[in-house]
Amino acid sequence: MTDFSDAFGAALGLVLGFDADLAEIVWLSLRVSFLAVAIATAVGLPVGAAIALYRFPGRAALLVAMNALMGLPPVVVGLIVYLTLSRAGPLGVFGLLFTPAAMIIAQVLLVTPIIAALTRQVIEDLWVEYEEQLRSLGAGPGRAVPALLWDGRYSLLTAVLAGFGRASAEVGAVMIVGGNIDHVTRVMTTAIAHEVSKGDLSLGVNGAAFALKEAAERRLG
Amino acid sequence: MILPLTFQDVSFEIGGIRLIKDLNCTLEAGSRTMILGANGAGKSLFLRLCHGLIRPTTGRVLWQGAKGRDPADAQAMVFQRPVMLRRSVAANVDYALKLRGMAAAERRAAVEDALGHTGLRRLSLTPARVLSIGEQQKLALARAWALQPEVLFLDEPTASLDPAATHAVEQIINAIDAAGTRIIMTTHDLGQARRLGDEVMFLNRGRLLEMAPAERFFNKPENDLARAFLKGELLWWQRGRDDLEGKPPKQRRQ
Repeated sequence: MTDFSDAFGAALGLVLGFDADLAEIVWLSLRVSFLAVAIATAVGLPVGAAIALYRFPGRAALLVAMNALMGLPPVVVGLIVYLTLSRAGPLGVFGLLFTPAAMIIAQVLLVTPIIAALTRQVIEDLWVEYEEQLRSLGAGPGRAVPALLWDGRYSLLTAVLAGFGRASAEVGAVMIVGGNIDHVTRVMTTAIAHEVSKGDLSLGVNGAAFALKEAAERRLG
Repeated sequence: MILPLTFQDVSFEIGGIRLIKDLNCTLEAGSRTMILGANGAGKSLFLRLCHGLIRPTTGRVLWQGAKGRDPADAQAMVFQRPVMLRRSVAANVDYALKLRGMAAAERRAAVEDALGHTGLRRLSLTPARVLSIGEQQKLALARAWALQPEVLFLDEPTASLDPAATHAVEQIINAIDAAGTRIIMTTHDLGQARRLGDEVMFLNRGRLLEMAPAERFFNKPENDLARAFLKGELLWWQRGRDDLEGKPPKQRRQ
């Protein structure tokens, strides 16, 4: 019990004192996850809408694959990106391994299927409701996409937030491809895992407290 | 004018079940057509075939006056349950005009005009989804009005409206007709069909059983099923299937 209160006391000290290390970790976490979600949204919305509106051979298989990818384990993605970006891998020449860019790539792979699959469902449901009216007005599936995305905006925002939750919460992928290097690729989740395994509970709790605060702000703000 | 519209031996089936059977008719310019029949008679399918939302399984739907133009550009349809986009009343009308390729500068005036004619101007900035059903149906009519179609299809436009809203909708339909648009609509309301119709088509189980000027249809329908329908008799449901489909329609012109 003393461990617990000591840890919280120290954590509070770090937050109130605007600890530089802590701020750096939080800033990197947000930067990586926001960028990853932005890229995943830019890819996932049009892909999801296209799969919802068009019928083509292999669509059913693609749907199953996309839904299955929603549950992709982060460590698997981490491993794949690691092998691809490592010196011996196909993209090794870019030297991206153990940089924030590698972490963004891994999170994009994790988040895109979630946003695409949820978008597909939202747009498909809307199209059922709108199809006759929009066709009557002269808009086939292609021209209807902007209107459908706009009318589904609230549901789609939830899909993007779900993607952000996935990105900011995962440890496995960023740990493997980022390497949890202090001042370079250390983010909130890897810092917590690291400090706890080291036995330094205050930074661990602090990270957790930050993550909690941030999540609360996201929900309520 | 894209009219006249001709159906040549049109059948439509889903999953092997024939829902429209060997339909032949011609809709000329100038009159207002009311399509009558029980639920499931094929009235809505007939409108969708006319409007090109579904394609006939066999037979042809011809817009004889189109002469190379895309007939879809000269038509509009008001559905039984209006579909409103999640944006303002004015933006709903504006979107329809934008799809038809009208320039932004002209759209403003056209939207104002259509909302003014349907009594919706004071609601123009209201989100369309919060309107009552009656107001939404008016907005659907305003949207159709703004397009200035040559032919307007209406699928039971007053099905779930109270008498006051029904009256308002009928006045708008009259105004659209007066502006030169050909009205083709389905209805369950015989009084409405009498008030608005010049010509009546009576459908039963996917077949066109009678097509006649409204006055003659209401006073002296030729088909016995149409007679029963007008009297509000339910007995005719219980007769044999062959009987129900009746004899092939005799086409009539005014």
